[in-house]
Amino acid sequence: MMNSVILNAATRLLVSLLVLFSIYMLLRGHNLPGGGFIGGLTGATGFVLYAIAHGTEATRAALRVEPQNIAMIGLGVALAAGVSAAIFGDAFFTGQWLFLGATEDDKGLPLSSVLVFDIGVYLVVFGSILTLVLALEEEV
Amino acid sequence: MATTGAEVPRVYGGAAGWISILIPVAIFAWLTQFLEPVAAGETVLLGVDWVPSMDIRLSLMIDGLSLTFALLISGIGALVTLYSTQYLGRHPEYPRFVLFLMLFMLGMLGLVLADNLIALFVFWEITTISSYLLIGFDSDSAKSRRSALQALLLTATGGLALLAGMIMLGAVAGSFELSVILGMGDEIRAHPLYLPILILFLAGAFTKSAQFPFHFWLPNAMAAPTPVSAYLHSATMVKAGVFLLARMNPALGGTEPWFWALVIAGGFTTVFASLLAVRQTDIKQVLAYTTLMALGALTLFIGAGTSDAIKAAMVFLVVHSLYKAALFLMIGLVDHETGTREVEELHGLARKMPVTFVAGALAAISMAGIPPLIGFIGKEFLYKAGLALDTAQLWVTGTIFAASVLMFVAAGISVARPFLGRLPDRLAGTHEGPAAMWIGPLTLGALGLVFGLSSDLAETWLVAPATWAVYGAETKVDLYLFREVNAAFLLSLATFAAGLVLYAAHRRLRAGMARAIEISPIRFDPAWDRLLDGLKALAAWQTGILQSGVLQRYMVTILATLAAAVAVTLWAQDALAPIEPGLAAQLAGLQLTHYAILGFICAGALLAAYTSSRMTAVAALGVVGVGVALIFIMFSAPDVAITQLLVETLTIVLVAVAMLKLPTLSLRTEARRPWHAALSVAVGGLVTLVLVGVLQGGLDRRLTDYFEAASWPEAYGRNIVNVILVDFRALDTFGEIAVVVIAALAAFALLRGTRTPRAGQEEGE
Repeated sequence: MMNSVILNAATRLLVSLLVLFSIYMLLRGHNLPGGGFIGGLTGATGFVLYAIAHGTEATRAALRVEPQNIAMIGLGVALAAGVSAAIFGDAFFTGQWLFLGATEDDKGLPLSSVLVFDIGVYLVVFGSILTLVLALEEEV
Repeated sequence: MATTGAEVPRVYGGAAGWISILIPVAIFAWLTQFLEPVAAGETVLLGVDWVPSMDIRLSLMIDGLSLTFALLISGIGALVTLYSTQYLGRHPEYPRFVLFLMLFMLGMLGLVLADNLIALFVFWEITTISSYLLIGFDSDSAKSRRSALQALLLTATGGLALLAGMIMLGAVAGSFELSVILGMGDEIRAHPLYLPILILFLAGAFTKSAQFPFHFWLPNAMAAPTPVSAYLHSATMVKAGVFLLARMNPALGGTEPWFWALVIAGGFTTVFASLLAVRQTDIKQVLAYTTLMALGALTLFIGAGTSDAIKAAMVFLVVHSLYKAALFLMIGLVDHETGTREVEELHGLARKMPVTFVAGALAAISMAGIPPLIGFIGKEFLYKAGLALDTAQLWVTGTIFAASVLMFVAAGISVARPFLGRLPDRLAGTHEGPAAMWIGPLTLGALGLVFGLSSDLAETWLVAPATWAVYGAETKVDLYLFREVNAAFLLSLATFAAGLVLYAAHRRLRAGMARAIEISPIRFDPAWDRLLDGLKALAAWQTGILQSGVLQRYMVTILATLAAAVAVTLWAQDALAPIEPGLAAQLAGLQLTHYAILGFICAGALLAAYTSSRMTAVAALGVVGVGVALIFIMFSAPDVAITQLLVETLTIVLVAVAMLKLPTLSLRTEARRPWHAALSVAVGGLVTLVLVGVLQGGLDRRLTDYFEAASWPEAYGRNIVNVILVDFRALDTFGEIAVVVIAALAAFALLRGTRTPRAGQEEGE
């Protein structure tokens, strides 16, 4: 934890921007550079910065959920996305798609089990990195 | 709280007890429907398609051999579990015991009924593991744990040999189905791999059935609770090895190596074990060694291989299972009531425990081979088969005669000594055990009498079909108590005479044996300990060399191995010459921007190698990482570049956090740096050469083309990298993120594990 006014002030702004950006990276990942892995790393970077500026206790409070739990929830979400295919009679991890408001020319808003899976990847990466970094910072 | 703690296991014990009795009874009842077709010579094949797409079936083969075994397993199983409800019902771990025992029973049933070698092996290993858990059931005792581990290591090593043998046999026969393999005996015996297969199968069978020189685990296994000894280590599991030999007889048997290996090992074990049995003073140990004798005799006669010998082995199998389980249960009951199993302390119990005495006496008379019990028939047929052999007639008959005499003595020691004579005052308060505990031994003892008096019963339903299955053809099986005075009958009379004389002198015999063992230089148990100690020392020695715990040494080892392997391959394959023009072409194609990034990376690397500040080194490595990310961007791999940048950032944060703990770079490391730099350059150069070579070969673009074409129409995504990750190869990704979580949790546990004591210190301050 560093007692720097500039860092402290800048971090508040940067963390929200980084987390917002990480979600943007996650959502656009299917068609443009990005995805759950990159998104998770970006989001984790934001909170790592926060931990340097404000300390790990404040970071854990800001996260609300323990990071190792976030990682495990992510694994569960990814597994659920895979298993959901079985409900529709398809093989494990077959992508299930729903196009909201689709018309002849436009596919509308695509929702899919693939996106849910990617959210799981995001949470796993995000949670695992923060588990490591926070534990390391508290330990050393 | 204490009262609820004591009551909860009793409630569970009750339910577990009922379940444990009902399961074997139900299986026994189910199996009886096959008696009639099997007695008529049929082989019933049952099967369930399990994973039809991979051609995996759960297949059962019910013939005479497997049905005889299965009936013994489930029948004795029901009696043993009934007995256990009293013997262990109030033990706090009773439900766990029942679980292990049921696991074992189902494993053993699967083993004998399996029609598939691989399934047989899996069940074989289940019996090994459940035996380990049951021997070590009293896990607070170091002796139990040692015995359990010894049994596990020996039988599991044999199991591994067996697996290798099974795979070879499957390859030779072209099928893993037993019903196919057993019909191909001539082809298998003529195959060049026959001898290795035979040796591996024998290693599995001999360790499991405790044949010399692997015999020593079985007496130690008596550390298990008595119902376990009665069930696993006399009536069922130890017979798995014998079962395997019998089962494989049509495929592997009848050759010279088979004959001599089984006859010599079996015969030696028989005599050796029955001598040691007379040496013991703990009646449970006496019974343990007589079990070894029985296993030796079964091996001996399966090896002898004539139809008479097989018939004798099958009669003796049934005989032994009945009387030995009964005797073990009897001595457990005596132990339960008097608190001792020492032969010198037990006398005259017949008046106090009349039912137990009757049960034990029936079993002991059968064991001694006295008519009219089935034990007499068993011994007669062993003699007859031995006398009728063409080769090794004297060896087989001689060993079985010596063993039968000693068996007679052992029967006397186990039952006549404790039950007859004057009751010592110390035992005056003894009373009969609960019904649940004497029903088992009494039933088994009485069955010995019933089968002896009406030998047709055993013949028609058990022995004849089993003999056909082992011999591979239908032969005449005719059991009878007495028909004429012949050589076998005279041998029986000689057995009784010699047995009576030796029983009268059994104390002197025991003292003599004890002296003989005292001066014998070979000790199996200490030798086993030395073997294990040697193994541990070897492991510690090689771990000390390979696992230094210094990250630098690991890196040097890994990179030097990589460099050497690649360099030798390049040189040996003469692959450098074609790469040279490619390398020149690549260098010529470089542009100014490429050179700029290259210079950027090289500068970072050089700085990292030369600086004496750890902080500078980390920053310099960061420069290298960013340079690599720039290369990814230049060659249009934005996803990889972003990931690389983010990982670089996080690595620097992690190292910066750890920095506080690390010592400054010392001068001591300076001398090694040139070597490390040389190694780095060598690895980098070699990897570059390989990559240039790969590019020259022309890439196989089939996968790339497929993903490019299918990404949008099939997975509705334009970012191929991401579509592959989350859709086409989602299962791989799932495995990877599971690894990420496991790694994070493991690191978390490690860091937290070292933190706790320090937190305590802080509180103390």
